[in-house]
Amino acid sequence: MQEYLLLFAATVLVNNLVLTRFLGLCIFFGVSNNFDASLGMGFALTGVMTITGIITYLIYYFILVPLGLHFFTTLTFVLVVAVTVQLLEIVTRRYLPNLYQMWGVYLVLIATNCVVLAVPLLNVDHHFNLMKSIVHSMGAGVGFGLALVLMASIREKLETSDVPEAFQGLGIAFITAGLLALAFLGFSGMIPMG
Amino acid sequence: MSEKPSPKLSTLITEGIFSKNPIFVLALSLCPAVAVTSEAISSLGMGVSVVYVMTMSSLLTSMVRKLVPHKVRVPVYISIIAFNVTFVQLVMMAFLPDLFQSLGVYLALVVVFAIILARLEVFASKNGVIPSAVDGFGMGLGFLFGLVLIGIIREFLGNGTFFGIHVIPEEHFTPILMAILPPGGFITIGLLIGLFNVIGKRRAAHAAAELPESGA
Repeated sequence: MQEYLLLFAATVLVNNLVLTRFLGLCIFFGVSNNFDASLGMGFALTGVMTITGIITYLIYYFILVPLGLHFFTTLTFVLVVAVTVQLLEIVTRRYLPNLYQMWGVYLVLIATNCVVLAVPLLNVDHHFNLMKSIVHSMGAGVGFGLALVLMASIREKLETSDVPEAFQGLGIAFITAGLLALAFLGFSGMIPMG
Repeated sequence: MSEKPSPKLSTLITEGIFSKNPIFVLALSLCPAVAVTSEAISSLGMGVSVVYVMTMSSLLTSMVRKLVPHKVRVPVYISIIAFNVTFVQLVMMAFLPDLFQSLGVYLALVVVFAIILARLEVFASKNGVIPSAVDGFGMGLGFLFGLVLIGIIREFLGNGTFFGIHVIPEEHFTPILMAILPPGGFITIGLLIGLFNVIGKRRAAHAAAELPESGA
């Protein structure tokens, strides 16, 4: 149990996907100018990543490995992620309309995003078992959500401040993200990554 | 983005590098731009891979553009890109294993680069084979240029080296370690975006200032 808790904390804080591995920056800079959207995106990503984490695990170890088709991993995972996201959209719209109202907009954005593809690939790279894959995928989503919410809070304050003309918009956002990443660097070494 | 009916091939290339630079101007596909640029050589490797994938994907998409039904075009495009990326992965694994290790998961992620899919959708699916290939090549070159620029700056500040060669005697140089760490990547790109904004504004102002004179 402790092992899983450590893995979770390590994924959220030490190996934060946005701030130390730079995944999903398009979403990160696109959504973080709105606090509510950031929160919604965080939840949507956590859900999608956990589900795709399980599905890709099953496909990799029960189909690709026995057949010796490792070199198809990238192609398969991209299609699995895209199809899963589409299915989730259809299912939630049909059966869980409340959830769909919260998620729907973000699901479209997530369909072909590097962070959602990266998590299953990293699961395979680290040779995680099923339980660890789930914990890692979930932690990755929570970590992304945390970074988004922090960034959105900072950018709300930035809007009222006087930014040099050349850096307005994306420039200052990148520098802010750099400072945030610097803060997260403080977590490194706190938990050894197993 | 509006494309002219028959764009000149040379403008397609220069547009990709300067006025529509994928990293600094369009701000697309930024993930690898920060991740692999802590040294110039891995930036170059990544850049060359992207140039190849973009050129070939544009070429293939443009070849099949009349056969693919509109509704399933995105999965088809993604499969074409994934096919090319897998090819690059296998070749690099065989001939450049060190580079393959240092690019790691980011090479596989080329599949979901927004910039590639965007060019296929906007350009290659509507234009002939040769302009499409050139457009992919130009955009890829712009990406390569951006990556290598960031890589050179970060490697120089963080290590005092240029493509692995020491350019400053080590005893006179204290490396700024932060430049090759993640925060350095974000901050370098932030500053470069600022620089590109200033250059873009200057050029626009020049063009605006010259226009009335030439008209008179």
